[in-house]
Amino acid sequence: MSLLLTLIGVVIVILGFALRLNPLLVVVAAAVATGLAAGIDLTGIVTEFGRAFTQNRYMALVWLTLPVIGMLEKNGLKERAQALIARVGAATTGRLLMLYLLIRQITASLGLTAFGGHAAMVRPLVAPMAEAAAENRYGELPPDTRFLIRAHAAAIDNIGLFYGEDIFIAIGSVLLIKAFLDQSGYPLTPLQIALWAIPTAIAALAIQLFRLWRLDRRLQRELGKKS
Amino acid sequence: MSVLDGIYLLLGLMFAAAAWFNLRDRSDPRHLRRAAFWALYSATFLFGTWLPPFVVGCLAIGMAILAGIGLGKAGAAEPTEIERRAGASRFGNRLFVPALLIPLVTVLGTVLLQNYTPGGKPLVEMKDATLVALGLSVIVALAAGLYMLRQPVAVPLTESRRLVDAVGPVVALPQLLAVLGAMFALAGVGQIVAKEVSWFIPVDSAGMVVTAYCVGMALFTLVMGNAFAAFPVMTAGIGLPLIVKLHGGDAAIMGALGMLAGYSGTLMTPLAANFNIVPAALLELPDQNGVIKVQIPTGLALLVVNTLLMYFLVFRF
Repeated sequence: MSLLLTLIGVVIVILGFALRLNPLLVVVAAAVATGLAAGIDLTGIVTEFGRAFTQNRYMALVWLTLPVIGMLEKNGLKERAQALIARVGAATTGRLLMLYLLIRQITASLGLTAFGGHAAMVRPLVAPMAEAAAENRYGELPPDTRFLIRAHAAAIDNIGLFYGEDIFIAIGSVLLIKAFLDQSGYPLTPLQIALWAIPTAIAALAIQLFRLWRLDRRLQRELGKKS
Repeated sequence: MSVLDGIYLLLGLMFAAAAWFNLRDRSDPRHLRRAAFWALYSATFLFGTWLPPFVVGCLAIGMAILAGIGLGKAGAAEPTEIERRAGASRFGNRLFVPALLIPLVTVLGTVLLQNYTPGGKPLVEMKDATLVALGLSVIVALAAGLYMLRQPVAVPLTESRRLVDAVGPVVALPQLLAVLGAMFALAGVGQIVAKEVSWFIPVDSAGMVVTAYCVGMALFTLVMGNAFAAFPVMTAGIGLPLIVKLHGGDAAIMGALGMLAGYSGTLMTPLAANFNIVPAALLELPDQNGVIKVQIPTGLALLVVNTLLMYFLVFRF
């Protein structure tokens, strides 16, 4: 029973997110409850909190791009990206995102995982271009369509990254698999592991290209009458 | 002090500026809460390297409490359409240069920092190369932008304040989730779940074992928010004893495809905040799960693909 009590943090997280409580508060409550259930005192919990918080500061480094992105946005970066897309007659939302998916996945598979990102690429460039491609065809977009296109742009960045990077031999996940299997008595080279990520990478690319093709069809069906 | 510490100082200054502008902006009654939130976050970067962990822990919990009582809506004015259109026609394609410098310099910088080792010693620690390169790329892009667009030096700071206020407290969520992961690890949450789950698997069916491992990886990642946290637990609990030892599967294939099965979970969970919740906030989606909803079909399809691939490949090589 006391073992199962340590799962209270998992329960708090699931309930808290389902009820849409403030995520920061939910996560802190879950962490404190888990620590208490595991028999750690409050001082120990807060100390562990600070240690892990500092150790994971690197996750916030993406925000350092905001001063640049904000300054460029103020001076019309999105408008310029949209004007550029307007000149390409063949551009559609789906095709543009297909191109970004290909670039993202190929660069990630070469280990260039920094080439992309939601703050540096999707918000200032990819999402405005994808929206503009739809606007050029169908005029002013309803808000829901606009948000759907943006969500797809964000998803492309993730999917290209996740299923591209695992082909590269020196990426964190491959090294983690290798380290874990090594210590369990199965010595392998990173290449032996990375090789088996290729079939899934191809499947991910095919599935996502198909979904983007369907996105174009959906935009055509829902908005096409107006053009 | 390492180079990376210097870059954290820059980040601290950026959040300090956000705190300062909110403090001075009385247009919204909750501006003080926002000022306090960004000031606390700023302190974790400005002094984080030197503060005792207990103090940083208190700062982080303070941030969560402030976020819980509500920071209100962003106060900073959006740049006007006239301003943006004027900039777009005045600067044209030059606007892309600083934007593209960020990824280009990051990539080049990473390669250089990892390979340039004067006197056999790298300039920065290998694992920090990308992070340092990202920091340097921002400095380069900022300098290029200020020069090319002839902007006042305060503009990047007022604009970053606008953007961090727009994203809101979610800015700190990935880090807090990492804290939760550390706490789960400390309490052994993973081992408990794996033990409970393994009671229910019919171990003599190779297909069931593979399915349990792949689906388990995805579900576990869903709950932990991180496939890296799920992998050791599921692999020690199910993968190695059942797939490799009992049924004679190949360890490399199990490991590679198992991790990828976990990524299906990453695509579908709000706990992978940096991939799913942060972009929803950055793109100003009204639904914080908007990105996840788009990713669910791909996540499920790839889970099926990975399970089938493992079933057909893992016993064959």
